[in-house]
Amino acid sequence: MYKILKAEFIAPNVKSFLIEAPHIAKKRQAGQFIILRVHEKGERIPITIADSNPDEGWINIIVQGLGKTSAHLNTLEAGDHLQDLVGPLGLPTHIENWGTLVCISGGVGTAESLPIAAAGKAAGNRVISIIGARHKDLLIAENQMAEVVDEVRISTDDGSAGRHGLVTDVLQDLMDEGVTPDMIVAIGPLPMMAAVSNQTKALEIPTMVSLNAIMVDGTGMCGACRATVGGKTVFVCVDGPEFDGHQVNFKELGSRQKMYKKQEEESHKCFLERQMKKIKAEQMLEGV
Amino acid sequence: MERERPQSFNTVPMKERLTIPRQDMPEQDADQRSANFLEVNLGLTPEQAVIEAQRCIECKKPTCMDGCPVSIKIPDFIQLICNEDFIGAAKKIKEDNSLPAICGRVCPQETQCEEVCVMGRRFEPVAIGRLERFVADYSLKHGNGSAEQTKLPAPSGNKVAIVGSGPAGLAVASDLIKEGHEVTVFEALHEFGGVLVYGIPEFRLPKLILRQEVATLEAMGVKFVKNFIVGRTMTIQELMSEEGFDAVFLGLGAGLPRFMNIPGENLNGVYSANEFLTRSNLMRGYEFPEWDTPLYRAKRAIIVGGGNTAMDAVRTAKRLGADEAAIVYRRSEEEMPARNEEIHHAKEEGVKFMNLVNPIEFIGDDEGNVIAAKCLRMELGEPDDSGRRRPVPMEGSEFTMEVDMVVIAVGNGSNPLIAQTTPEISTNKWGNIVADEDGRTSMEGVFAGGDIVSGGATVILAMGAGRKSAIAINEYLKSKVWSVA
Repeated sequence: MYKILKAEFIAPNVKSFLIEAPHIAKKRQAGQFIILRVHEKGERIPITIADSNPDEGWINIIVQGLGKTSAHLNTLEAGDHLQDLVGPLGLPTHIENWGTLVCISGGVGTAESLPIAAAGKAAGNRVISIIGARHKDLLIAENQMAEVVDEVRISTDDGSAGRHGLVTDVLQDLMDEGVTPDMIVAIGPLPMMAAVSNQTKALEIPTMVSLNAIMVDGTGMCGACRATVGGKTVFVCVDGPEFDGHQVNFKELGSRQKMYKKQEEESHKCFLERQMKKIKAEQMLEGV
Repeated sequence: MERERPQSFNTVPMKERLTIPRQDMPEQDADQRSANFLEVNLGLTPEQAVIEAQRCIECKKPTCMDGCPVSIKIPDFIQLICNEDFIGAAKKIKEDNSLPAICGRVCPQETQCEEVCVMGRRFEPVAIGRLERFVADYSLKHGNGSAEQTKLPAPSGNKVAIVGSGPAGLAVASDLIKEGHEVTVFEALHEFGGVLVYGIPEFRLPKLILRQEVATLEAMGVKFVKNFIVGRTMTIQELMSEEGFDAVFLGLGAGLPRFMNIPGENLNGVYSANEFLTRSNLMRGYEFPEWDTPLYRAKRAIIVGGGNTAMDAVRTAKRLGADEAAIVYRRSEEEMPARNEEIHHAKEEGVKFMNLVNPIEFIGDDEGNVIAAKCLRMELGEPDDSGRRRPVPMEGSEFTMEVDMVVIAVGNGSNPLIAQTTPEISTNKWGNIVADEDGRTSMEGVFAGGDIVSGGATVILAMGAGRKSAIAINEYLKSKVWSVA
């Protein structure tokens, strides 16, 4: 069992966890992920490691409660335990001094791109961060990001913070201002990574994306996470998770991510019903 | 070498033995079992086991033992069954095979011990596999587990790390704990057993049996560590230099599914056999949504391949409720690598066999779900490298059939993880670890065996390789001399 040392919501439905995992904390490099199971009948889900502390022996993950497992995970508090935790998995991010590095992120992707931005800065790059969200309340980690990079720019779909628009608009603004990125790292929802890759392909700016695929074992044994990159099938768990965004077949990956949509909804519904029953039972007990 | 013949307890006169029919193992009715995940075979009754054991004609030269990759003392345990000493018989097997309840279920006895049984020349061979299974189960139920094990010697002071808890790793663990070494088994997944837990379905090998076998090893002192990926969580070098392991055995298994490299293979609903079986077996997807892991419940499923894994997958698809579950195999039934018993069981359960057929493309709908398979009919030509007749496409034979799930069961390559993280260990062009006959790799103190060395094979061959390595590891720990052949 793996103890949760700290758990706090950092945005609506988005929770940050520190989990005791000394071996993983010691080994983990930017870009790698873990696989966890919440309970003994749970599924295995991959989550990127946002931060770690080898001295204190913990790793940090950021979880958005989207489906059954992540929603269940987000009900856990400090002192609770995870059933299983394994890692670090995947190849570490390749970092070098490219010159100007632009890290584009959205949603929990911002927390995941923090270590890459920091490593990029440490390697000597000028690092600019572009963070996108639907609404200002959904922005996360923008302050931590500001601490490690040269400049942070924000966009929101509704204009509630930063530029009214999308991350691709901010990238265009940058270019219009005369900034020429040497490298772009895009981490976030699939449509965002696809849009950025599409934009930068025409501009011939190398673009790396971190793919989020459905996985089971995470060690290359099952092939659930396959994607097409440059016309070839890759396993995201062992060949990635980072790939050349210009080569990724995003359409295929998008439909593969929806493979179990129906079952996921069913599972989530069962979970919510169980939670409701639990809450009602607690209320009844309190009433007595 | 002349071996001493075991004491005979068989009171049936020799001539009569020849007339005793081979005892059939009771099994669940086919209609009933094709809708549940409970074990198909129910095992011999004690009465049947004694009768079957009495069929043994006690050959002077027991060829059956030559047919066994781990040389179980088959004549000896059979005599103990004749004497109704079932626990004694199980102990006798355990001298050579630490996992009899598993091997009794999944070994291809018909091509090993039973194939060379002298009785089989004129009659049917003695049902050695069924007898092994019977005494192993009897001992798990009625024996007192670890207390039956031989007393362990004083600690040797040596530490051995075993990477992978599949059949090879478990065999090494069992042999080395008996030598007094400190043995730790590292497993990447959250349950122990490797392919025995993620690959072989409940209806062929109940997980309870596996857990009992693992618990027996644990009671003997073997330490089991799950959720630990050697190469990632810690490297082999770190295990040896920082954690003080004197020797390492790599029993990683094959563990990299092969695909066919045809269009449409990444459509939703197209699985590798590894994924489909792992979702069902390890993750219990067949109990979704009670268990969280989802799994397709197909109406029309095809499984591409003709091995035991293909049979496991097709029978699983059937149990998940498929109206039609079919094997699609490019050769004929004669060339199928699957065990006869598995083919027979699959047929009884209503599995359709489409032999001499090969898919060339999978077709999807707008949302990326597989809806059809385009196939060619094949005929057999000249024998190829494997000695089997090569399948050749028949001209103009293309046809399309509706499917909503495809499982690719055409074998496994080698997992690249150790090669990626430990360049000291040489691999061949297929990615298999290069090891000598005793499992020595190119890195001192590191041994390897099972599918990661041989490529995809069977449970018992992996155990056999593990046992060979265990002898070499023991010698190395005693002498600390690394003799590379």
